[in-house]
Amino acid sequence: MATAVLLGLPLFVVAYAALQLLLSGDHSTLSHLWQTVVPEYIRNSLILLAGVAIGVMTLGVSTAWLTTCCRFPGQRYFQWALLLPLAMPAYITAYTYTGMLDFSGPLQSAIRDFTGWGYGDYWFPQIRSIAGAVMVLSLVLFPYVYLITRAAFLQQSTATMEAGRSLGLTPWQSFWRLALPLARPAMVTGTTLALMETLADYGTVQYFGVTTFTTGIFRTWYGLGDLQGALQLAAMLLVAVIALIMIERWSRQNARYEQSSQRQAQPFQLTGSKAWLATAACALPLTLGFILPALQLAAWSLDRWQVWTQPDFWGLAFNSLMLAFIAAIITVLLALWLAYGKRQFPTRPIRATVSFAGMGYAIPGIVIAVGVMLPLAALDAGLIAVAKSWFNWNPGLLFSGTLVALLFAYTVRFLSVSLQTVSAGLAQIRPSMDESAQILGYQPPQVLRKVHFPLLRTSILTAIILVGVDVLKELPATLVLRPFDFNTLAVRAYEMAGDERLADAGPPALMMVMVGLIPVILLSRAMLASQHVVLKEHELGPVTP
Amino acid sequence: MALLHLDHVHVQLGQHNVVKDVNLSLQAGDIGCLLGPSGCGKTTLLRAIAGFQTLTQGSISIADRIVSNPKTRLAPERRGVGMVFQDFALFPHLNVADNIAFGLRKLAAPEREARVNELLEHIGLPGYQHRFPHELSGGQQQRVALARALAPKPALLLLDEPFSSLDAELREKLALEVRQLLKKENITALLVTHDQQEAFAMADKAGMMYQGELLQWETPYQLYHQPSHQLVADFIGHGVLLSGIVNAPGSLASPLGMLQHQSLQHYPAGTPVSFLVRPDDVVIDPNSKLQATITSRGFRGAHNLYGVGLPDGTEILTLSPSHEQLSVGSKIGLRPEFDHLVVFAADHCELPGNQASPLPLPEAQSA
Repeated sequence: MATAVLLGLPLFVVAYAALQLLLSGDHSTLSHLWQTVVPEYIRNSLILLAGVAIGVMTLGVSTAWLTTCCRFPGQRYFQWALLLPLAMPAYITAYTYTGMLDFSGPLQSAIRDFTGWGYGDYWFPQIRSIAGAVMVLSLVLFPYVYLITRAAFLQQSTATMEAGRSLGLTPWQSFWRLALPLARPAMVTGTTLALMETLADYGTVQYFGVTTFTTGIFRTWYGLGDLQGALQLAAMLLVAVIALIMIERWSRQNARYEQSSQRQAQPFQLTGSKAWLATAACALPLTLGFILPALQLAAWSLDRWQVWTQPDFWGLAFNSLMLAFIAAIITVLLALWLAYGKRQFPTRPIRATVSFAGMGYAIPGIVIAVGVMLPLAALDAGLIAVAKSWFNWNPGLLFSGTLVALLFAYTVRFLSVSLQTVSAGLAQIRPSMDESAQILGYQPPQVLRKVHFPLLRTSILTAIILVGVDVLKELPATLVLRPFDFNTLAVRAYEMAGDERLADAGPPALMMVMVGLIPVILLSRAMLASQHVVLKEHELGPVTP
Repeated sequence: MALLHLDHVHVQLGQHNVVKDVNLSLQAGDIGCLLGPSGCGKTTLLRAIAGFQTLTQGSISIADRIVSNPKTRLAPERRGVGMVFQDFALFPHLNVADNIAFGLRKLAAPEREARVNELLEHIGLPGYQHRFPHELSGGQQQRVALARALAPKPALLLLDEPFSSLDAELREKLALEVRQLLKKENITALLVTHDQQEAFAMADKAGMMYQGELLQWETPYQLYHQPSHQLVADFIGHGVLLSGIVNAPGSLASPLGMLQHQSLQHYPAGTPVSFLVRPDDVVIDPNSKLQATITSRGFRGAHNLYGVGLPDGTEILTLSPSHEQLSVGSKIGLRPEFDHLVVFAADHCELPGNQASPLPLPEAQSA
């Protein structure tokens, strides 16, 4: 319970602000915000959400259906390759597209060389715009929809699909009339996840000059020094996120009419131009979402090869990895503590704690940063006051300006990632396994060592990797809470891009993407393995005595 | 000498009295079987014997040593009992050999290997040492789970619905195999099941549990032919309870006519009673004066199970070899042939919550 209170503290601070906003009479800051920026934030956020929703659904659902229910050249590779965009942090993709499509970028330069036009002689879409942000976020986030919808398509009852075909449906018709309606809950789940990430995004919208709540919070806090205003904006953002969480939970509940089946429906064999169209439809999002940005990063990194030899750069890498590692260890230990607590004592408060701790991932990093900063700053102020009056000594900022604050924020945000992984691992150790080990003469500690540890090892490692990589990529919370002069790869890439030194952002970005590939590989292996199990059971057929 | 002895055992789970005043003894080398509908407390009782549940009253002793009473509970790992779980609970990260050897860590490696090989031989899976549980079929997993439990030569083996996740054919075959294996290893075993065929195939002693109480603890033969309780009569085997009136000591007026039996001796004349009619207690006899009408026919392979309507409207069951087909609606003669007449006083105590449920009839099959 204490754990829940501690982890919930940042959320309570922001939620309290939200309540205060609604109830108290003090609307001076608020009404000022309302009159000036809030309508713009809301408008931009809504445009972003709508655009990204359309984008991720189009890209995610079409690729999911093609790779599961059709056969065409490259289909087997696309199955896992379509997850690759997940390795790209959105703001990094934004930098690369700016590099490629800006006035001085290779494309526009080529157009000018070819036509002889100069500046202002021609129209070219401006990538640093809200439309650009929609495009970048859609390209990076569509794998969420792809992954979840794909699982839904794979689970759809063979009989339903075969009945459809026997009634004369073409591939196209069976997609629109059967597969799509059946997969609707999965599509909603995947899309809400992508929208949560959209609301949490800071790097992309900031770089593209789109003012949303995240940039607004940052500006109000740092630019105007108005912590109260930042808190109120954070509270508004939190309300929007909670609405998304509720939609997501509701859609999961409605997912019940998905029927599972052991056998996958006979896929449609596409031939000729249809087959190549399908290949192109899968290759396009993959190229735009991963290959082109990655190539651009590689080009920048080659161009700035000397960066790789500088000790300063490796210092950054060390900072990043160290933070990632410590945060991962903390969250995994906490997750083990909570998961075991739930397993051994499934009381109401413990179950509530566990489900509450699972919410952090949906909360934007900047909101958590605000929620962490306020109570820790107050704690520090109190400590300094006490130390000064009692010992006439100023201990300085013990929490708010140090790594403690940063690690606390990471823990709040990423605990759910490790908790999910560890709980899933623990769920496969049934209570009867403990009991059978015990009855075969093992003391409880030995049961942990001989049965639990070997079975949990993979989940623990996976959790460490997933959390570590998320921490590595996390920008807004790091930006706000890092100690003075403490830099990470993410912060460096952000600063370089902000200084219009895009090529210098290349090496740190490339490094993050390479590390970010590890969980994507894990994910794609798990995805293909679970499908393999389904196929294997089908091959074996019913067990005959 | 009783290897397992339960003395007035009570177990409480939360607020519920799940096991109430159970007394039971199992001789060394015998196989016992607890029957009963789901939720009757049989699994809880088994877990109490294993040491996973604390008693609220009474005591449990294994080989004349008290292992459980309300004050103390010897840890499961120190009781020298083995247990086969309903879901088998094989360790997925260990292969078959390592699963079986899990409880043998006190043995030296060569002896351990020898024991594992011996058991694999016994369960008919030689050469399976290096398979993993997920590569085995349900029946094979079940056998490995059994071998794992048997490996340390426990004094007492507990089996919790060991065959329930297998299909019917396999279940019957394995039940016999397991009985032979237990006898070969001379292991005392207690089995929990809701399947009476399983109990009849396995058990030397069997009993039925209902709402936490053990209603009878005798041989399966006695359970079937001499049920001491209406509920036992009801649950075990096919049968119908008919009512009648004792009109003279040793004689009963019933829908089947006058029945004479020594078990009626101690009922005074005029006592209303109910008595159990098994399908094999009445035979079809064209010469009998007792006429009845066939109301249903269920094909059971070697024989047919008929539902038969008596003149007064009550229905009973009877068996007849299946090569002589009788059609529904036809008139037959019936002759009672009771080896045992199981009689309950009409006001015989019924456990709370047991409504007079219709007795199991064969599935009707129109001819």
